[in-house]
Amino acid sequence: MTVPPIDGTVAAAAASGETARRRHIVVRLLQDPVAICCIVVLLLLTAASVLAPFLTDQDPIKSSLAETLAPMSQQHPLGADGVGRDVVARLLYGGQTSLAAACVAVLVAFAVGVPAGLFGGYYRGRADAILAWASNFIMAVPAIIILLVVMAAVSQSTYVAMAVLGLIVSPSVYRLVRASVVSVREELFVDAAKVSGLSDARIMRRHILPVVQAPSIIQAAQIFGVSIGIQAGIAFLGLGSPTEASWGAMLNDAFANIYSAPLLLLWPALIICMTTASLALLANSLRDTLSGSRRRPTRRSDRVRDASSSSEGSAPADFADVADDVLLAVDNLMVDYPVDGGRRTVVDGVSLTVCRGQVLGLVGESGSGKSQTAFSLLGLLPPEARVSAGRLLFDGVELKGLGRSAMNRLRGKRIAYVPQEPMSNLDPSFTIGSQLAEPVRQHMKVSAKEAKTLLLALLERVGINDPARVYSSYPHQISGGMAQRVLIAGAISCDPDLLIADEPTTALDVTVQAEILDLIRSLQAERNMGVILVTHDFGVVADICDRVAVMHTGKIVETASVQDLFSAPQDAYTRMLLSSTLEDAKPRSPLKSTPKLPKRAQTA
Amino acid sequence: MIAAVEAPEESHNGSEVPLLSIEDVTVQYPSKKWRSPDFLALKGVSLDIRAGETVGLVGESGSGKTTLGRAVLGLAPVTTGRIRYDGQVISAMNRKQRRTLSDEIQVVFQDPYTSLNPALTVLDILTEPLLTAGTGRAQAEQRVKDLLEQVHLPRDASNRLPREFSGGQRQRIAIARALCRDPRLIVCDEPVSALDLSNQSRVLDLFIEIQERTGVSYLFVTHDLSVVRYISHRVAVMYKGEIIETGDAAKVTTQPKEAYTQKLLLAAPVPDPARQASRRAARQKFSAKLHVAGPFESPAS
Repeated sequence: MTVPPIDGTVAAAAASGETARRRHIVVRLLQDPVAICCIVVLLLLTAASVLAPFLTDQDPIKSSLAETLAPMSQQHPLGADGVGRDVVARLLYGGQTSLAAACVAVLVAFAVGVPAGLFGGYYRGRADAILAWASNFIMAVPAIIILLVVMAAVSQSTYVAMAVLGLIVSPSVYRLVRASVVSVREELFVDAAKVSGLSDARIMRRHILPVVQAPSIIQAAQIFGVSIGIQAGIAFLGLGSPTEASWGAMLNDAFANIYSAPLLLLWPALIICMTTASLALLANSLRDTLSGSRRRPTRRSDRVRDASSSSEGSAPADFADVADDVLLAVDNLMVDYPVDGGRRTVVDGVSLTVCRGQVLGLVGESGSGKSQTAFSLLGLLPPEARVSAGRLLFDGVELKGLGRSAMNRLRGKRIAYVPQEPMSNLDPSFTIGSQLAEPVRQHMKVSAKEAKTLLLALLERVGINDPARVYSSYPHQISGGMAQRVLIAGAISCDPDLLIADEPTTALDVTVQAEILDLIRSLQAERNMGVILVTHDFGVVADICDRVAVMHTGKIVETASVQDLFSAPQDAYTRMLLSSTLEDAKPRSPLKSTPKLPKRAQTA
Repeated sequence: MIAAVEAPEESHNGSEVPLLSIEDVTVQYPSKKWRSPDFLALKGVSLDIRAGETVGLVGESGSGKTTLGRAVLGLAPVTTGRIRYDGQVISAMNRKQRRTLSDEIQVVFQDPYTSLNPALTVLDILTEPLLTAGTGRAQAEQRVKDLLEQVHLPRDASNRLPREFSGGQRQRIAIARALCRDPRLIVCDEPVSALDLSNQSRVLDLFIEIQERTGVSYLFVTHDLSVVRYISHRVAVMYKGEIIETGDAAKVTTQPKEAYTQKLLLAAPVPDPARQASRRAARQKFSAKLHVAGPFESPAS
């Protein structure tokens, strides 16, 4: 028997749960039937233990040889044990000991773990290192052996044993609290509080402790359950005071009489199981409530539904109006998400066309639906999104209704993608080469060696000086601009017809942005690719786009050639956006003299 | 590196004394790896800010511009050099002494999503600095009403949580928090770069409006030359931990002297296809000439 690990999974789950949601946690917890059952069971057990003297007039300690292994009767509803003690009384009084001692363990664990975690996490430095060492040391010590030694040499009391257990599990509390504190102390609102002149104590109380609170409650429930189990284990081994009734001591006695009265084993086992299971399930419900996890559909639905059948019913295979050089033609694209009591439309009837060799800019502010449009074309929306379109033609082929595998054959090979955050789109645990080679081998059906040759040439093409070195590096070894070049090389590696770039330069410095735009422009011209470039920056639009579609609240408000859009914007929203650009604003003139002295200088 | 004009020792004697003077400041971080050299985030930076003035600090990521702002706020350790505020050396203060400065120097951070505690209401966020300073609760709440008006937020905003607001509105809350105790200097660390274009210019106008009314000074950190040109009286350009060029905004952001600043200016795209085409051509020519070009050349497109 060992101490079950109380690990960091709760920490991770709870840390992700926003603190703001805590307000309604009790309400939401009570919507979970499992949680309600667990709470009821635990409350009943506690009440029965506390009210033991009123529920039975039997003494749990006094043995009576005459009633050894007495059967169930009026006097002994569940019979008597091997030395003639009443089973019901022992269960009830044993609950007192077990629950109170488990409380002792939880209190000690938190009294030690929380301050240590707060202190170590907030101040870091040497104190943190010492605390971390001490916690590692305690964790390395075998808990059950320490407990046996303490009980044999120091005290037979269950309470002392549980206090020691609390100390032994306190590192898990310390680690949890420290992890929460470390993540929150880097937040800008803590910096802002420092600048506002708050004392450290106040910052901890107001900004840090609330974040720690929620995961701590989960942890407490777990420790409580564990300590009930450990108590039972110790008493089962025959340690513990003979003057204390406990569930574990009942197990020990029942085991001695397992052949003559097997039923005796059932009662304490049942109650221990019920208690620990309730605590474990309650902790689980708490964690789910805190992290706000919802049940999600198990599969991503890539399939784009048909919107035309429901609306005017435009001919299904009528491609006559599509010119030969049109690469992508989208009609009446809709994307919506389920929200409380309905669906929220984020892309609302978008129609656009992209020709070969053309760069289409999709411009808009945050929330305009521009990225959602791009993602829906790539089939990258989350599973709860519902996508429909009147028509979705790619190079003369209707994509609407295509299954997952057919879409996968198109994605990566003929439709490629360049993301906004280059770094988060590279897996840190694989080399760049292996990540690039995978899709090339998949789509082009070439050997690993051929793929490498091809990729090295491409890396050189996208402006990487030392392709072989970059090919064998890990993502953290290269800069953001370099990573974006790598991803562009990956995107064009299967010679796509259409490149969808979602804010490809937003995360980059302005000088790097210029180089990346140059690169996209030259690759696009060289390969006659169609490009959809999602951006919010009109400078980028002016630099690279041929046509522009301006999006606002899910709709395209204006589509025009780049010259027309800047010289004669038609829509009021476009004009508003263009007038917000600061590029041509007059520079501020230098400060002539101190205009008027600020208030404190006047009073000083 | 451009040395600042030496400030006179005594303060309170005229308009020529800078409100803030940064004198040859170095910030060094010990390296995380064993036996590798320490990281120098700032290499002897000097700059001063007068009362009522906006000094724009522009540079690319890793140039040290944010570190300089944090050093002024006491959030980054000054290894050598001095920062003086109103004649008083503030760079060597401990946390406790530093707290007395909280009604003088304030901050608006870049990310309005993480700079406001998600669990607190707007009222709690805005009264916190006032209550810390010993203002009574009723008085503090009245002050918050005035502040919300000043930053053009609805009055009923105070009982809501930050997540109920858009990015631009959140940044107004952050500005209101900075204004709470009538500071004389606000360090603005990329305060508009997370905002949409249309909000950007409105928030910048709010900054200017507040400055004209209260005479507050701004140290305005940004990577965007057009933002810095719009809001700053003077501009300092940072590169690899040093200030390489300073001057009036109009001069530095339109006819820069230094090659690096010219490169920055040419790299910023203009929202006009014809002018952008000529700027792009100029940039490519300039890069080729300087041999600091990207390792590839773009064919004409």
